[in-house]
Amino acid sequence: MSDLTHQIPERIPIHLVVNGVNHTLDLVPWTTLLDALRDHLALSGTKKGCDHGQCGACTVLVNGRRVNSCLTLAVMKDGAEITTVEGLAKDGALHPVQQAFIDHDAFQCGYCTPGQICSAAGLLAEGRARDADEIRELMSGNLCRCGAYPNIVAAIQQAMGQP
Amino acid sequence: MNNFQYARATDVADAIRLLAADLGAKLIAGGTNLIDLMKENVERPSRLIDISRLPLRNVEETADGSLRIGALVPNSDLAYHPLIEQRYPLLASAILAGASAQLRNMASVGGNLMQRTRCPYFYDTATPCNKRNPGSGCSAMDGLNRNHAILGTSAACIATNPSDMSVALAALGALVHIAGPSGERTIALTDFHRLPGNTPHVDTNLGTGEIITAIELPPHGFAQNYSYLKIRDRMSYAFALVSVAAALELEGNAISGARVAVGGVAHKPWRSLEAETALRGQAATPDHFSHAADLLLQGATSRSHNGFKVELARRAIVRTLAQAANATPQSQAHKKIA
Repeated sequence: MSDLTHQIPERIPIHLVVNGVNHTLDLVPWTTLLDALRDHLALSGTKKGCDHGQCGACTVLVNGRRVNSCLTLAVMKDGAEITTVEGLAKDGALHPVQQAFIDHDAFQCGYCTPGQICSAAGLLAEGRARDADEIRELMSGNLCRCGAYPNIVAAIQQAMGQP
Repeated sequence: MNNFQYARATDVADAIRLLAADLGAKLIAGGTNLIDLMKENVERPSRLIDISRLPLRNVEETADGSLRIGALVPNSDLAYHPLIEQRYPLLASAILAGASAQLRNMASVGGNLMQRTRCPYFYDTATPCNKRNPGSGCSAMDGLNRNHAILGTSAACIATNPSDMSVALAALGALVHIAGPSGERTIALTDFHRLPGNTPHVDTNLGTGEIITAIELPPHGFAQNYSYLKIRDRMSYAFALVSVAAALELEGNAISGARVAVGGVAHKPWRSLEAETALRGQAATPDHFSHAADLLLQGATSRSHNGFKVELARRAIVRTLAQAANATPQSQAHKKIA
């Protein structure tokens, strides 16, 4: 078996459904989901911030759950359904979180925004946040260096249907 | 990240076989810590064995009233599981005090136990570190050691274990189920992690080629009187300076059973049977909590920057025991400390 360790790693065929579209990719195993999305599928909406799971800019939904795509290997998600910020709008209508971010001016430079929006969409689906404190706590994996936090919380409250 | 082979295990036996076939191989489940360490070149596995699809995702009650939690249950699913919320709210609270929502969605229960220290020198391959490179020295000893251990340290290492979940599991008396080349075994969570001694590169007592299959919680969950208090530099999404898991059994105002585990202060969750025994039979009052804190912190030592942790831990222990006694557990979302 020892020769196994010295094989040159081969590309691995994987299948992803990204924003409802089927994709087959041949990837080396160390390709993160983030790099697969950006570099292999040209979906650059998902951002690479810290690349270490500390900033949340790379947040996407995998089978409906928000995760850090920078800490996920694409080969491990073979067969998964991925939703990125490009896939949130439906039939020409913005996702309620996207509309709320516009309504509340919940960004400044915008670099963290795709991650914030995907994370907020995941938060809504989880249904665990009931008030502003809980939104702040459950959004703490998304940093905004411009400091748009008050408007982000207000936008998420709007998307949750709170006054 | 170095190049590596990738294999997907078909069952637990297959994972054990694949591990035995390649000494440089590592298991991967959620990957939230391992992939980060690989990007930093701290971990350089020759092969990743993907166990994320193995059927270890059940939470089930056993005949004796214990709860058996599959090693691959995501941290968030465990924290929000109805049986955990109702019977083991201390564990739910500790899990929700750790990491971020995204990371908790990915990280597995078994992986949480296997996560490595966040000592910055362990991460920095340009500096000596006995944990990363045995025998090279400890840069934290006389370096930036504000976040380092005050209990159970050695001359070789003053790193802390970063897990919140493990602190609650230690207090609750959890067991770890393990499978390996020579069969299955079960060890107490408090015996799972090690003190650094002369071998700080060995974090746990998991043997070569072994895999965690489940965590088991004893029937008694201390659901009435508990609290998990985490003190950190920012209010969320930061590792603990000090954390405390406290669980009490009360008869009136008298303590009939006590569990206290402290995080952020040692290479493993810190418990003291002496402190817990001293609480038993006493009134649930600050002076008794303070005595227990003194016993827990016996032998504490500090370096140049982390001396504050001794007093911080003492006050946190007293405060958390009061929260538990008053049935006013610390909220992880509402930050005011009662």
